[in-house]
Amino acid sequence: MRLILPLLAVLMLAAPVGAVDPQEVLTDPLLEKRARSISLGLRCVVCQNQSIDDSDAQLARDLRLLVRDRLTEGDSDQEVVDYIVSRYGDFVLLRPPVKGVTYALWFGPILIALLGLLGLILYFRRQKAAIAAPIQESPLSDDERQRLDSYLEKDADQ
Amino acid sequence: MRRLSYFIPLAVLAVLAVYFSLGLGRNPNTLPSVLINQQVPDFDLKPIKGSDRGFSSADLKGKVSLVNIFGSWCVSCRIEHPFLMDLKEKGVIPIYGIDWREVDDDAGPNWLRKYGDPYTLIGNDPKSKGAIAFGVTGAPETFFVDKQGFIRYKHMGPITEQNWRDTLFPIVEELRRQ
Repeated sequence: MRLILPLLAVLMLAAPVGAVDPQEVLTDPLLEKRARSISLGLRCVVCQNQSIDDSDAQLARDLRLLVRDRLTEGDSDQEVVDYIVSRYGDFVLLRPPVKGVTYALWFGPILIALLGLLGLILYFRRQKAAIAAPIQESPLSDDERQRLDSYLEKDADQ
Repeated sequence: MRRLSYFIPLAVLAVLAVYFSLGLGRNPNTLPSVLINQQVPDFDLKPIKGSDRGFSSADLKGKVSLVNIFGSWCVSCRIEHPFLMDLKEKGVIPIYGIDWREVDDDAGPNWLRKYGDPYTLIGNDPKSKGAIAFGVTGAPETFFVDKQGFIRYKHMGPITEQNWRDTLFPIVEELRRQ
């Protein structure tokens, strides 16, 4: 029991390394950093909900190596990503690009939230108006007045 | 009118339910290929062991052909293999092979020696260079290339007698007419 806290503390110190094999790591730390950040944004097409940085799939490994090869050859980050997108489509980007077909994806939630907000505003306004409105007085009809008087008289008699 | 508006959430739910139920029926592994109707990617693959001729994009000009990604480790490739042999023996269409990710240089050649070699040319692809150029996600995958060297169709999974007859051969015939 007394060991658990120190153990947890040690675990927290462990840096997340993904699935990157030590052999894959580039000697240039700056290039390696760029490679890691590109890999984190690319979907593994075999396991689909992991980035290639996380995935143990062989194709993911080959893609990581390809990213590193291209960076070493002097490609910019964007050129590397563009090449892989040209082979696998926007689907490989874990963060979908903002464009025509993805407008619904990006702006749909905001639109729905705004509609909900509008609905709420209208609802509370209507309630406020209902409270503020003066209570309508409808005069009693002759018949009702007579009945009321008769009750009151009975009350007074007692 | 007010009464009707209470049903709006239900209507929205119904529309979503239709979309979701359609979406659930789709196979998430069949990704749409962005390479359809594009020129075959540039590649130049070395020969497999025991052969002196590799396979490059230049080999695909001037005829309708298939590019088949396979590997000796791939179980589905083993399943489609007899049918590819059949196509070769009948001379239906030239099939080009990309031997993908073999564990060593002998695995691919041994496999072909054992089961037969249906390929016109084979490129060795140990590092997935060719497979990535074609946007391959798994084996087997087969690309249908037209006379101008454009990719016109991609088939994922094994080619069988049935899907060849029903879907794939009609595509080949259509490409030949163009």
